[in-house]
Amino acid sequence: MGISLSNISKSYKKVKAVQDISFEVKPGELFGLIGPDGAGKTTLFRILTTLLTPDQGTATVTDLDVVKDYKSIRKSVGYMPGRFSLYQDLTIEENLTFFATIFGTTIEENYDLIEDIYVQIEPFKKRRAGKLSGGMKQKLALSCALIHKPKVLFLDEPTTGVDPVSRKEFWEMLKRLQKKGITILVSTPYMDEAALCDRIALIQDGSILDIDSPEKIVEKFPKNIFNVKANNMYKLIQELQSYQHSYSVYPFGEFVHYTDQRDAFEIKDLQSHLKNQGLDNIIIEKTQPNIEDAFMELAK
Amino acid sequence: MKTENVIEAKALTKKFGDFTAVNKISFEIKKGEIFGFLGANGAGKTTAMKMLIGISKPTSGQANVAGFDVYTQTENIKKNIGYMSQKFALYDDLTVRENITFFGGIYGLSRKRIKEKTQQLVSELGLEEIKHQLVGSLPLGWKQKLSFSVSLLHEPRIVFLDEPTGGVDPITRRQFWEMIYKAADRGTTIFVTTHYMDEAEYCDRVSIMVEGKIEALDTPKELKKQFKVDSMNDVFLRLARNIE
Repeated sequence: MGISLSNISKSYKKVKAVQDISFEVKPGELFGLIGPDGAGKTTLFRILTTLLTPDQGTATVTDLDVVKDYKSIRKSVGYMPGRFSLYQDLTIEENLTFFATIFGTTIEENYDLIEDIYVQIEPFKKRRAGKLSGGMKQKLALSCALIHKPKVLFLDEPTTGVDPVSRKEFWEMLKRLQKKGITILVSTPYMDEAALCDRIALIQDGSILDIDSPEKIVEKFPKNIFNVKANNMYKLIQELQSYQHSYSVYPFGEFVHYTDQRDAFEIKDLQSHLKNQGLDNIIIEKTQPNIEDAFMELAK
Repeated sequence: MKTENVIEAKALTKKFGDFTAVNKISFEIKKGEIFGFLGANGAGKTTAMKMLIGISKPTSGQANVAGFDVYTQTENIKKNIGYMSQKFALYDDLTVRENITFFGGIYGLSRKRIKEKTQQLVSELGLEEIKHQLVGSLPLGWKQKLSFSVSLLHEPRIVFLDEPTGGVDPITRRQFWEMIYKAADRGTTIFVTTHYMDEAEYCDRVSIMVEGKIEALDTPKELKKQFKVDSMNDVFLRLARNIE
């Protein structure tokens, strides 16, 4: 009763948006599609929500076929598109009533499902949607996607452009919805949010790089990774990139994440090399890879 | 080297009717510094930035940008700064070269200078093969890198970047930061807003705005120490929690 995609491809004229995509989302799972703009995330959402037909492949949502059974799917899924697509000139309450009515229900009937999200915006229910802040729009859009008690929830980049505080709250809401038995497929360009999903698919340029739990994806990282720091960040990056043994060099906050081509890498060799190049206050220490390291390695 | 202040704000304030969007913010930013300007949605970052780039007049307070006053010398400010945002970058229906020529003209560069700059930029970014392509056909990452380079065409003293890396893949995002480090290394001051908290850690100093005020301003290291947390994300959550 989850989601299943098998060899799905879709092109827009010459552009191959997604190519040969297969994965399954188990019932009750919180599954993340992680990738940058243009990776094909939205195309997959539109295929699964029956708004777009695939060129090739098949897909089911709650065991219903996305092409043949599109009418039934539309009744049983909730979709929050990436772009805010509620009626800007209707109020919060009018938008919610509108969506409830379309699906033949009422706000009261499923109030328990949206309660902890809706109470946060209810004080402003007479305000027009167009006049809401980003965080409030996001909460309203989620309420509207939930009002008919869907079995599967599709959320396309719900946290893009949202500040870290609102993002954290939003993920807490998703976890609560998951506990109520809703299957959730969510996409995000923020790699740190990947860790909050049960399983993730890393996607770039229309293809899947890997599918697994976030922990397993990180475990598979093939190299030892080192934090490197020195007195001049720009020069440090230059020197590391031109170092003959370097495998990858990526700035990561106050450090640079460095991997070496050699298995028998000695910290002190790199230390003295950087010192000879005129860098000071050099720190090199082993660190753990994260999802972003894994993504960049797979995308290399 | 980093001694001269290129931005100075003192009790800078902007009110819209009864609402105080920016409430007496003060800071100094030095030449070649990478300054992160953070805050929740609606905290007043955009309003503050608009005053600094000379397109919104402050209600009270003072500010000096690249040596010019934000009340009386806004035209001079505009000539001495670069600006890039995620929303407005380049013209999609002009080619790479046409965009460079257009913006070079806007910034008042001579034809000769534009030609030199175009060549330099095209070779630095490795755009030789696609210089006659429409910008609209380029991947987002390329657009952002090109857009940043264009904002530096007239060699401004300060460049303002408003969420420059939204939606960009992680590798391109890092190439973008390498370009920022390079510009800073050459003495350009970088004023950047971002929602990626790991990017806040790339900055020399960071300010965090909460409801119109600057509630914290220091190096990422000191801020983490001050709030006894391990990441800028946690610093941000401590400060901005429960504010909508």
